[in-house]
Amino acid sequence: MKHGKYPLIATFLVPPVLLYVVFVVSPYLQAFQISTTDWLGYSAEANPVGLANFKALWHDDYVWNALKNNAILLALVPVLTIVLGLFFATMLNMGGRKGRAGVTGVRGSAVYRTVYFFPQVLSVVIIALLWKEVYHPSKGLLTSAMNAVGLSAPTWLGDPRTAFWCVLAVMIWSNVGFYVVLFGAAMASVPKEIYEAVMLDGASRLTTLWKVTIPLLWDTVQVAWVYLAIFALDGFILVQLMTNGAPNFSTDVIGVRMYDTAFGTETKFGYASAIGVVMFFLTLSVAVLALRMGKRDRIEYS
Amino acid sequence: MTTLDNLAPPAPAAPATARADAPIRRELGVVNVLSHGFLLFWGAVTVLPLLWMVISSFKSNAEILADPWGLPGALRFDNWARAWTGAHIGQYFLNSLVVVTGSVTLTMLTGATAAYVFARYEFRGRQLLYYLFVGGLMFPVFLALVPLFFVVRNAGLFNTWTGLILVYAAYSLPFTVFFLTAFFRTLPTSVAEAALVDGCGHFRLFFQVMLPMARPGMISLGIFNFLNHWNQFLLPQVLMQGDESKWVLAQGLAALSVDQGYAGDYAQLFAGLTIAVVPVLLVYVAFQRQVQSGLTAGQLK
Repeated sequence: MKHGKYPLIATFLVPPVLLYVVFVVSPYLQAFQISTTDWLGYSAEANPVGLANFKALWHDDYVWNALKNNAILLALVPVLTIVLGLFFATMLNMGGRKGRAGVTGVRGSAVYRTVYFFPQVLSVVIIALLWKEVYHPSKGLLTSAMNAVGLSAPTWLGDPRTAFWCVLAVMIWSNVGFYVVLFGAAMASVPKEIYEAVMLDGASRLTTLWKVTIPLLWDTVQVAWVYLAIFALDGFILVQLMTNGAPNFSTDVIGVRMYDTAFGTETKFGYASAIGVVMFFLTLSVAVLALRMGKRDRIEYS
Repeated sequence: MTTLDNLAPPAPAAPATARADAPIRRELGVVNVLSHGFLLFWGAVTVLPLLWMVISSFKSNAEILADPWGLPGALRFDNWARAWTGAHIGQYFLNSLVVVTGSVTLTMLTGATAAYVFARYEFRGRQLLYYLFVGGLMFPVFLALVPLFFVVRNAGLFNTWTGLILVYAAYSLPFTVFFLTAFFRTLPTSVAEAALVDGCGHFRLFFQVMLPMARPGMISLGIFNFLNHWNQFLLPQVLMQGDESKWVLAQGLAALSVDQGYAGDYAQLFAGLTIAVVPVLLVYVAFQRQVQSGLTAGQLK
């Protein structure tokens, strides 16, 4: 060895650590501190107020309303996305007819996969803006289609009764393809002998899916669940660009609440940071819960 | 993916199975028709909005208002020109390219070096530092938003591309370090040992031996980070609020959508969106295998 390892360790570690501490660690730490102040603006003083922001949060109906919407997203988006993802992945990987009881993909499964996955590479901004036009109450794709067959269409994003569901649908639309590919890859790695054996025993496709495929894919499903749960707690870009929480706060989510509190009409930095702290603990507990509840015996098949 | 294709049909062993065969075959037939139906349906749901966007980008505003489902009377590329120059989509596109090129390079460089050290060298505080990085995965970026705004402003980086590049890279480090550390650990140690015995220095070892060996992981993660940075919206919106000429594409499109609400120039909006989608589509179609594995790699680990 010409020279020791320490010059390399130092050169390789100092830049990333510096970058990370300045822009990530220090803001996170400061956020907790700011959340206990009444800091109101760019120059105004910040006085420590203890937990007053959190007490105010507890009585803030707008925050509760946003949290309620996030809770509905949390309950529905992961389930629906995973069910659809598993369904289409199963169709693609085993929907085919080749062989008698053979397990094959449907014809053109590669094309389907390519198409389904595409929304995943699109910017969420583009997805939000595009769907905003699709939902447009007069010149949108949906309304004109319904009018053409003689149905009267709702105003979609303009109606507090429908707006939230419209946003939820876009969330699912943009995510399903990714999980089709993810589950598909996991299914492809299951040894085919297992399916041969199951088929020989005369199991139906539904039984196979339920009793064999899903248990074998459980780890992947669980990870998907965590990611989707974190996604459902966010939803910021879609909501801000499609409705900005309107109409009548029916689509409001906690991220939009926080952004508006900090960078919107007011600059209540202390209060906004308190919302951020709440978001952190929510995200953390949802992730931990999802991992805990999903705990099962690992199935090894290698 | 259709690895099960070559499956040999199970031998019709006993005559008893012949009777059981018919219902299976019928079931398969139904499943097949149904599955194609569902698959086609979802394909249509995915493609239609995008197709509509592209078609509408060639229509005049009058055509868009008169019949949203209709085809354009002519290919009106002036919509595209209006979006490209009038709405500065071209400018924003280049801005995004500059920022993302910088940020992905910085992310991969700092991420790979840190990950390599974590994976290959023993030193005091290694565990602590590693968990400091990986712990960042649990924090929502919203929590940091307010203080980050001031950190960037106090560093004189507010409304600068440098600021965006540094911040993008910093927030990509947790996952990049996590992923690449695992990747470097999978590489055989014997090669590195042989190189060291042959008198190769530690730096040369990394750049000429280890980094080339880590190429598959670097590519997957490069794609992952590229798409992530390209699609950023929240961070530029907070850190690049003022100077319109420096906006990234996502901001430009959002502004275009807002303006369109007042001006009623829908064709321009659709053209702007299409301009933003087309390069992504081309790259995706050309490299879809890498893109898919790059994006799913993180989850399947």
